[in-house]
Amino acid sequence: MFGLSRSDLRLMCVVLALTLFAPIILNPFPTESAMAQFNAGYPDLMQRFVIFGIFAIGFNILFGLTGYLSFGHAAFLGVGSYACVWMFKLLGYNILPGIVLSVIVAGLFSALIGYVSLRRSGIYFSILTLAFAQMSFALAYSVLSNPKFNLTNGETGLQVYSDDPQWFHSDRLPDLPHLFGIPMRATHQLNIGGWDFQFNFGYYVCAVVLIVAFYLSIRLFRSPFGMMLRAVKSNQQRMTYTGLNPKPYTLAAFVISGMYAGLAGGLLSAMDPLAGAERMQWTASGEVVLMTILGGAGTLIGPVLGAGFIKYFENIFSKINDGVLHSWFSFLPDGLENLMVDLVHPFVGKGWHLTLGLLFMLVVTFLPGGLVEGGQRLGRLLTGRRKASSDAEPNPTPAE
Amino acid sequence: MGLLDVKDVGKRFGGLKALSDVNLSVKDNSVHAIIGPNGAGKSTLLNCLVGKLIPDSGSVLFNGASVLGRKPHEINQLGISRVFQTPEIFGDLTVMENMLIPLLAHRDGAYRLHAYSSVSSEKDLTTRAEEMLDEVNMLDKRNMNAASMSRGDKRRLEMAMCLIQDPKLLLLDEPTAGMARADTNNTIDLLKEIRDKRDITIAIIEHDMHVVFSLADRITVLAQGTPLVEDTPDNIKGHPKVKEAYLGETA
Repeated sequence: MFGLSRSDLRLMCVVLALTLFAPIILNPFPTESAMAQFNAGYPDLMQRFVIFGIFAIGFNILFGLTGYLSFGHAAFLGVGSYACVWMFKLLGYNILPGIVLSVIVAGLFSALIGYVSLRRSGIYFSILTLAFAQMSFALAYSVLSNPKFNLTNGETGLQVYSDDPQWFHSDRLPDLPHLFGIPMRATHQLNIGGWDFQFNFGYYVCAVVLIVAFYLSIRLFRSPFGMMLRAVKSNQQRMTYTGLNPKPYTLAAFVISGMYAGLAGGLLSAMDPLAGAERMQWTASGEVVLMTILGGAGTLIGPVLGAGFIKYFENIFSKINDGVLHSWFSFLPDGLENLMVDLVHPFVGKGWHLTLGLLFMLVVTFLPGGLVEGGQRLGRLLTGRRKASSDAEPNPTPAE
Repeated sequence: MGLLDVKDVGKRFGGLKALSDVNLSVKDNSVHAIIGPNGAGKSTLLNCLVGKLIPDSGSVLFNGASVLGRKPHEINQLGISRVFQTPEIFGDLTVMENMLIPLLAHRDGAYRLHAYSSVSSEKDLTTRAEEMLDEVNMLDKRNMNAASMSRGDKRRLEMAMCLIQDPKLLLLDEPTAGMARADTNNTIDLLKEIRDKRDITIAIIEHDMHVVFSLADRITVLAQGTPLVEDTPDNIKGHPKVKEAYLGETA
C-alpha cells in the first residue's frame, strides 16, 4: 500500500501514531505530581522534536546513505529561517509562502555549496562544509547586516516590524504566523483528571510535514536512487567502472538533505517568527550529526529518535536546578542530602551537555547502530527470536 | 581494424617511461592476452584503456571511436567492462543489489534521479539478475552481504556484474592472481564458457602462463613499456626474444 512494503508500512503507522498522539504520549505524569517536570508534552518542545526530526531525516539521506559527513548543514537551516521571515515581512503572516521559499532557497544554496565541497571526500569534504557554514554564519551575523543593505538584521535577529510592507496582510488576519487564518499558537486544552493535554495547531502543522517528509524518505531509501547512494558509500571505484557517475548522485543527495534542512528552518520561523544567526553556528551543525549517529545513521527511524532524545535532554534536564535536586533528596539526612545534590549537580541544569556526552559515548561504544540497534536487541531479547542482520528496520520503541 | 586499436601510445611518469610506442589490435570475438614481467607497463596500459590514465601520445580507438579524454563511466557505457585484480564489488550491499546496479546503469545511463519508484517493482531487472546469478551458480547467495563471501565468490560476482551489462569488451586484470590451482582452473573454465557462449571479446592481463596458454587466441608480450612480439600462443611458446625477456627469468 502507498508503494511501501509491509514492514515499511508498519513503521509508517508507528510514526503516524507517535506524532499524532504525542501530546498525550509525552504527558504521562499528572500536572500536580512531582514527576510533572519530566513531561515534554507542551507545544514549544513538541514542535522542536518534530522540526529537528525533519532536519535529521534529511541529514540522514546524505550521511546515512552516502557516508559523506557534512558539518555545515545548519547553514541551510539558517537560510531557510531567514527566507521564511522575509516572506512574513513582505507578504504577510501566512506560513505557506515562507515555507515553500525556505525550501527553494536552501536547495539553491546547498547546490552551490555542495558543488564545491563534493569535489573532495572524507575529512576534506567535512572541513569544506564546515568552512562554508562558518562563512555563512559570519555573513549573517555581521556582513549582511549594515544600514545600506540589511538582509539578516545581525545580532538582533530578523523579525517582523510594524512598518514592514506585508502586502497581503489584512485586519481580519491574526497578527502572528497563521495558516489561512488559524494562528500557529492556537491550542486546545484538554483536562482529564489530573492531566492537562495541549493540542497545538502549530505542532500539528509540523507533524503533518514530518509525516510527509518521513514518507518521502522511506520512498527514497527503497528506490534505485537510494540504492545508488549506498553504492557511493560502498565502492565508488566499482561504481565508475560500472558506468555510473557518482558526482550527480552525491550532489542530488546533498541538495535533497539541504532542502530538508531548509524546510526545518522555515518551520522554526513559522512557529516563532524570529531568525537569528546563531542557528547557523557550527554547534548547530554538530548537533544534527549527534542526533543522526545517536539514533542510528542509515536507518529510517533512527534520526527522528535521536532528535527527540537530544531535544528532550536539552529542554528537560537543563531545567533541573538545585532546588529541584534538594526536593528529590529531601528524604535523606541533611549531610547526605547535600552530598547527593553536589554529586548530581554537575550533570543537570547547565551541565546537561555532560550527561548527553556520557550517553553519547556509551551509545557509540556499545551500540554502534545507535538507539535503533538498542531497540533491535531489546526486541530480540523479548521475543527470543533472531532476526537476519540485513533486516534494517526494527520495531521501534517510543523515544520518550 | 580490430575492436580495440591502440596506436603509438606513450606514457611517462616524470622521468620514467612507462609506455612507449605501444601498438596493439584486439580482434573482435577473440581472447587477447597481454603478458610481461613485473614493471613491463601492463597495468599502465590497462588504465589507459579504461580512462583512469590519459596517455601522453598516441590514440586508443574502441569500435572506431576514440576513448581518450573520456571518463571511466563513459567508457563503460561504450561497452567496456573491467574486472579488477582484487575483486571490486559493493561490499555493504547484498548480492542481488550488486547485480541490479549494473543493470540499472546499463538501462538508465550514468545518472538518473529515480527517487520515488521502488527497487522491488523492477521485476524485469530482478528476473534478469536471477538468471545471471543462476548462470554463475550463486542464486542461493542472493540475499547475502557481498563482503561476507569467499574471495572466489567475490570474483565470480564481479564477473557476473560485468557480464550482465553485455559488454563488447571484457578487460581482466590478473583474474587468477593469488588463487589456488583448483580455483584457477575453475576460473579458466568460467572464462571459456563465457567466451564460447557469448558474443564477447576478452583482453586479459596475466602472469600465469597456464591461464594464458589455455585461453588466448593471440598474445602480446610487453617488456619495458614496449611490445616485443604479438603472435599466436604456439609461436610465442618457443620465441627466443620472449624467453629472454620473460620466460627466461621464471623458467
